[in-house]
Amino acid sequence: MQMPEPDKAMLARRAEIVAALRDIVPGEGVIDAPEEMKAYESDGLTAYRTLPMIVVLPSTTAQVAAVLRYCHENKVKVVPRGAGTSLSGGALPLADGVLLGLGKFNRVLEIDYENRCAVVQPGVTNLGITNAVQDRGFYYAPDPSSQIACTIGGNVAENSGGVHCLKYGLTTNNVLGVEMVLIDGTILHIGGKHLDAEGYDLLGIIIGSEGLLGVVTEVTVRILQKPAVARAVLLGFPTSESAGNCVGAIIGAGIIPGGMEMMDRPAIHAAEDFVHAGYPRDVEALLIVELDGPAVEVDHLIERVAAIAADNGAVYNRVSQNEAERLNFWAGRKAAFPAVGRISPDYFCMDGTIPRRRLPEVLTRMTELSQQYGLGVANVFHAGDGNLHPLILYDANKPGELRKAEDFGADILRLCVEVGGVLTGEHGVGVEKRDLMPAMFTEIDLAQQQRLKCAFDPDGLLNPGKVFPQLHRCAELGRMHIHRGQVPFPDLPRF
Amino acid sequence: MSDTMRPETLDQLRDAVAWAVAEETPLEIVARGTKRTLGRTMQTDHTLDTSAFSGISLYEADELVMSAGPGTTLAEIESALAEQNQQLAFEPGDWGPLLGQPAGMGSIAGTFACNIAGPRRLKAGAARDHILGFKGVSGRGESYKSGSRVVKNVTGYDLPKLFCSAYGTLTVASELTFKVLPAPEKTYTVLVLGLDDEAAARAMALAMTSPHEVSAAAHLPSGIAAGSGVSYVREAGAGVTAIRVEGPGPSVEHRCRALRALLAGFGQVEELHTHNSLRFWRELADVVPFAARPDLQIWRISVAPLSGPAVAAALPDAAYYFDWAGGLVWLGLPPAPDAHADAVRAAVAATGGGHATLIRASADVRAAVPVFQPQHAALAALSRRVKEAFDPRGVLNPGRLYPGA
Repeated sequence: MQMPEPDKAMLARRAEIVAALRDIVPGEGVIDAPEEMKAYESDGLTAYRTLPMIVVLPSTTAQVAAVLRYCHENKVKVVPRGAGTSLSGGALPLADGVLLGLGKFNRVLEIDYENRCAVVQPGVTNLGITNAVQDRGFYYAPDPSSQIACTIGGNVAENSGGVHCLKYGLTTNNVLGVEMVLIDGTILHIGGKHLDAEGYDLLGIIIGSEGLLGVVTEVTVRILQKPAVARAVLLGFPTSESAGNCVGAIIGAGIIPGGMEMMDRPAIHAAEDFVHAGYPRDVEALLIVELDGPAVEVDHLIERVAAIAADNGAVYNRVSQNEAERLNFWAGRKAAFPAVGRISPDYFCMDGTIPRRRLPEVLTRMTELSQQYGLGVANVFHAGDGNLHPLILYDANKPGELRKAEDFGADILRLCVEVGGVLTGEHGVGVEKRDLMPAMFTEIDLAQQQRLKCAFDPDGLLNPGKVFPQLHRCAELGRMHIHRGQVPFPDLPRF
Repeated sequence: MSDTMRPETLDQLRDAVAWAVAEETPLEIVARGTKRTLGRTMQTDHTLDTSAFSGISLYEADELVMSAGPGTTLAEIESALAEQNQQLAFEPGDWGPLLGQPAGMGSIAGTFACNIAGPRRLKAGAARDHILGFKGVSGRGESYKSGSRVVKNVTGYDLPKLFCSAYGTLTVASELTFKVLPAPEKTYTVLVLGLDDEAAARAMALAMTSPHEVSAAAHLPSGIAAGSGVSYVREAGAGVTAIRVEGPGPSVEHRCRALRALLAGFGQVEELHTHNSLRFWRELADVVPFAARPDLQIWRISVAPLSGPAVAAALPDAAYYFDWAGGLVWLGLPPAPDAHADAVRAAVAATGGGHATLIRASADVRAAVPVFQPQHAALAALSRRVKEAFDPRGVLNPGRLYPGA
């Protein structure tokens, strides 16, 4: 994985830039000592590390605007960062860039229960929103596994999902508005407490834009009343195919569970060894199906799900009898990543999505690739929406193994695209999948996306080197090849 | 009468746009054309008709996904979904009759391009929350795609969302892919009779903040309720506040009982069962109360839910009703050359935020009045740059949204 070569002329101006930023953000808000900047050298994708040129931690929107305006005027690159839990290297610093941390934006500004929304600063954690509203029975629906640590600003950047997004949607379906600063320092307000902002759906493209379009300084989110009851059922299957069929049959029966997760045998064992969730060890695939709503509905649907599972060959069936047991069922799944971390020195967490019915074929070919590369793989899978998380096991201390793991991961993602899926379901492209973008998109597709970036950031200063495999100048992207005088197909039907 | 091109292949579609780019001649983009009076009045000499791209190309019910050509009618799509007990969860209405067109002719492309959503918007999202991908031709005359056929996808910018609400000003679609969902087994509606607007807004807020998974909440003042095709609503002789629950039978019955108890303190409470409920909410999705009043200019206003009544109160000459728990105000006013735009937008601004769109007025009014909510200068400038990124020569529905977009 290559990042753009650091600009030596920019590095030579470092002292001057530090001084200018200190004028904007006084006190300890500008960090330039290498030992203090070390905390920012990587995000959740720890395989890649770079010390930033400077770290700046503003605490007001006006400061963010002034920092960006300065960087724009001086052509300094900027990498925005929330809590740094990105799994795709979205917050990987640039050696010649400013790292803009939003950690000081950590306040809940307003809770409006009757209009069912909350206004928060981007540095508030995902779980922090729920904690702020739960005394009135509300919660914020998207729940990425990192929800204790990850921030809503990062969730907006990555369009984060979670185990409940089949029923409740991703970040993009749960955000009503943002305040955002463009690279030239312009402060924009998009949306608010009302639904569907006027004009182009800019909110729709800002969410999931991986810090390439602007810096969000305030977020208005929808909050929902917690379902009265949630119950989970563990279902064990002799093959992943029968588990996959069961998922299709549940949805085919018109049931959309609150969550529906699948784990394969290696993941089941790793999780069970780690948290003792009570998972069966003698099955090839385990489903956790959670139903939520009024008790009468949940009881009704649990029975139907159990019957569908039996029809599809389930050999294990256990319904949670109380809240503690339900949480225990989830504890294994939510700890799957660290659990795998215990059995392997290092692991890569992949994030492709496939049409669900292609799962058996994809798992078979993944097993073949695992043998070919000589690296283990464990699978956790958001079964309802086809989002796969293969965990590739490797040892970074063994020469060449990181490279082998990267190649294995790339092959898995190409496979996802080949069967009609996508490179990333919820972790983002970042640097990790950047060079694979041509597997999914043509040059024209990618150029059109980059032209949109030009509308926000014409000099390409925000998070360059992420998402797009090649950097193009906006002037070059804007050029058109016009064939004047060409008549549309002579046989084109005209009236 | 403008010249119409009706391409039948993607290559022809691309060539048609490329020709318009070379000639710098603007195109009016239509699928079925039932919403061509929606938006600012445009000056175009040529029409690009995509109705030949019609039909469902992919439908996998258990994968919850469908793809269709832009000219496929919403009616055809809903009928195919109904056969599998599925639906478009954003509940798009048929705005044909509202806009003086026949019923049942509106296209899927128009539905997405105008981001149409019905009463379930407040629970399930709008068209923009259900689109997954598209193929089409940009205003540069290049064919490209974005998105995919899977529900969970963050690979690159979410251009499909940008397609929604763009009113055909950025891309001409040749295929749309979208999410479909199971239709509910049962649909019940709790009616509270005799509430004024403020009390209705409070009753709807109470229902929405309960754990009973309300899927729609609307309030019809007595004059509007009297026009309903559902006898219980028509004959109420008072304002009708309606709260909908959907799902499996036992759950719906339980939640309906719970909501009746919760709302009993507001006024007389009745309930509608599935047949009448479906009819009632379809009327609201299709904006039937104003389709039946061709004499009025029609506004569609989105504000915070509790702010709806204040908007209506500020416009004493208006006929109106509320959907989305008060957050959506459908409003009809006697015709005026300026469509009362300043008064409507002042009423919205006074609530602290939101937007108002002039949905129905004559062409000369739509040429003179900002049809869409005017934007602050910085946002307007960004919108123009977005337009230029897709359509630098301004050949796709130019000026339909805003001057320059």
